[in-house]
Amino acid sequence: MSTVTDRRPVADGGTPLPVSLKQARLPRWTPPVLALVAAGAGCGIGLGAGLDSTVQWGLIAVLIFILGTFALAAGVEGTRQAKDRLATSLVWIAFLLAVVPLASLLWETVARGSKVLDGYFLSHSMGTLPDAMPGGGIYHAIIGTLEQVGLATLIAAPLGLLTAIYLVEYGRGRLAKVVTFFVDVMTGIPSIVAGLFVLSVWILILGFGPSGFAGSMALAILMMPVVVRSTEEMLKLVPNELREASLALGVPKWRTILKVVLPTSIGGITTGVMLSIARITGETAPVLLLVWGAKTINNNPFEDAQQSLPLYVFQQWQQGSEASYDRAWAAALVLIAFVMILNLVARGIARWKAPRGGRS
Amino acid sequence: MNTASSITDTPPPPRNDEHSAVSGKAVRPGDRIFLGLSRGSGIALLVIMAAIAVFLTYRSVLAISGDKANFLTTLDWNATGLDPKFGIAVLAFGTVVSSVIAMVIAVPVAVGIALFISHYAPRKLSSPLGYIIDLLAAVPSIIYGLWGALFLVPHLSGFYSWLNDYLGWTGIFSYSQGAARSLFTVGILLAIMILPIVTSVSREVFLQVPKMHEEAALALGATRWEVIWMSVLPFGRSGVISASMLGLGRALGETMAVATVLSPSFLINTSLLDPGGGTFAQNIASKFSEADEFGQDALIASGLVLFVITLLVNGAARLIIARRKEYSGAAA
Repeated sequence: MSTVTDRRPVADGGTPLPVSLKQARLPRWTPPVLALVAAGAGCGIGLGAGLDSTVQWGLIAVLIFILGTFALAAGVEGTRQAKDRLATSLVWIAFLLAVVPLASLLWETVARGSKVLDGYFLSHSMGTLPDAMPGGGIYHAIIGTLEQVGLATLIAAPLGLLTAIYLVEYGRGRLAKVVTFFVDVMTGIPSIVAGLFVLSVWILILGFGPSGFAGSMALAILMMPVVVRSTEEMLKLVPNELREASLALGVPKWRTILKVVLPTSIGGITTGVMLSIARITGETAPVLLLVWGAKTINNNPFEDAQQSLPLYVFQQWQQGSEASYDRAWAAALVLIAFVMILNLVARGIARWKAPRGGRS
Repeated sequence: MNTASSITDTPPPPRNDEHSAVSGKAVRPGDRIFLGLSRGSGIALLVIMAAIAVFLTYRSVLAISGDKANFLTTLDWNATGLDPKFGIAVLAFGTVVSSVIAMVIAVPVAVGIALFISHYAPRKLSSPLGYIIDLLAAVPSIIYGLWGALFLVPHLSGFYSWLNDYLGWTGIFSYSQGAARSLFTVGILLAIMILPIVTSVSREVFLQVPKMHEEAALALGATRWEVIWMSVLPFGRSGVISASMLGLGRALGETMAVATVLSPSFLINTSLLDPGGGTFAQNIASKFSEADEFGQDALIASGLVLFVITLLVNGAARLIIARRKEYSGAAA
């Protein structure tokens, strides 16, 4: 106790001064006012120096705001508070910095893509239309994408599901560990490498030509680990009591899995499969190597080149004329809408089917 | 669960069958089939991985043995004709440089966004924001490429001229006017592409920081920044590292965005702002259409190198994550 009283600030007469626990703070309206001042100063300096890029005006304003906040806070509140305010500004700037390109990406796609997107565009193929001419459509690409992604899902979803069941329900010992490790490794395979693998086996060694099916094999390789991972997570969430109750009733293990475990986790599993479908729908590289792209409708995914939406975007971009740029943006808009809708529906299912807490 | 594992390990001999119903160790045919199916698909996955490694290596050996120049150091890619000469020096340089630029830009910004979402944003905003970031991670790479080529490239030449005026003397940032289809642009685009994934993994980690740590720091009178600096960042460091490595793995293997934005050439250009260079994936995509069978083998060889690099990077990331799991398991 005595040390505390000793340290109290003491006036000349020896009577202790009242201690304030409050620290000097800048008033709450400081940041917005400072922001206005900085914006004004930025515009002023920009106009005065004759800088024609408004981006530079903005940068000057931001710089003034950051330095001003730091200086004011350091003067009034002390260095620690000033650092805190500096960090807050930087975090906000990082956020805004990231929003700008991502918002611009979405905006450009919607604005430029809606120019030629209509019923005709969705229901016609390119046919024999010269690339520099306006017109044409993406019907053949939509057919191709649906077939390739569908086939890939048919291959990857059962394999991935069964692998996940093996890992969660049966997996003990070395095999399970090795499989887990290689699922992780597989997640990181670049899409073009998956394409090269199928190219080397299916086309170079076995001598088949390009086809939608070749593409879907590569897509399946990319999809499988994602399905395994998400399904595994979901199966682990199923309470063990459910399994034990079923086994205790004498139900065989396989029927327990099919009738108890899977129905409990079906919502999450569906979400995982849909998210992985959304992921492979946008893959271009393997399709470029294995499906090649066609200008006309090919309904048979097992023979001859097909088209797919992402590849269509790439090839139209390569043509380099105004008309083909328009088509590329429109196809990109369709692709992005498809992927986003899949994502939203998948997450909706996850939320709708999520086990509700507090009922058991 | 116990009975199941004993079944998988030692199937009872057939002579026990009549007692099996009593002893409860029956292997019903349904069980056997189901186990066989699920184990079989696990093994199929391993077989696919092995096949990828074997076939890529096989075709690569064919290509490299036909290469008349050093595969590692040659600055050229001419895989046709009687005198094929090709090497990965330029590709390795371009891949590493563009990914490093992407990491330098993306990681600090992503950590900033993750902190914003987890600690700075108003509580009501933070979960929708995380949701939006996850959605952005799903945008296909070709769309980033299209946007990069038709929107980003025209808007960067002004910035590059400015860099050239002030930093041109370094040689790295010199810029001779022209379309900004350079490695630096690729780096910026890759940074934008990997932002969502790095952000969402980092955010997850930041949200897991024990509340007690933060409250203890606050109770000692720390400012918000000091709380983050002293309790959030140290806890989240390994998570941020592994998130960045996952992002790096993506940046290394990215194909279409690079192929649309970069104007490639087989020269190592010290100026990052001028067009030129190339990456493994981009080179495969752009050279594929004109390659004959041997040319495709050569591309497969470069793909194998890319495969090995990404395996190493991803493996390192997984190791860090696995180690961290042990920590937090012990702490919780």
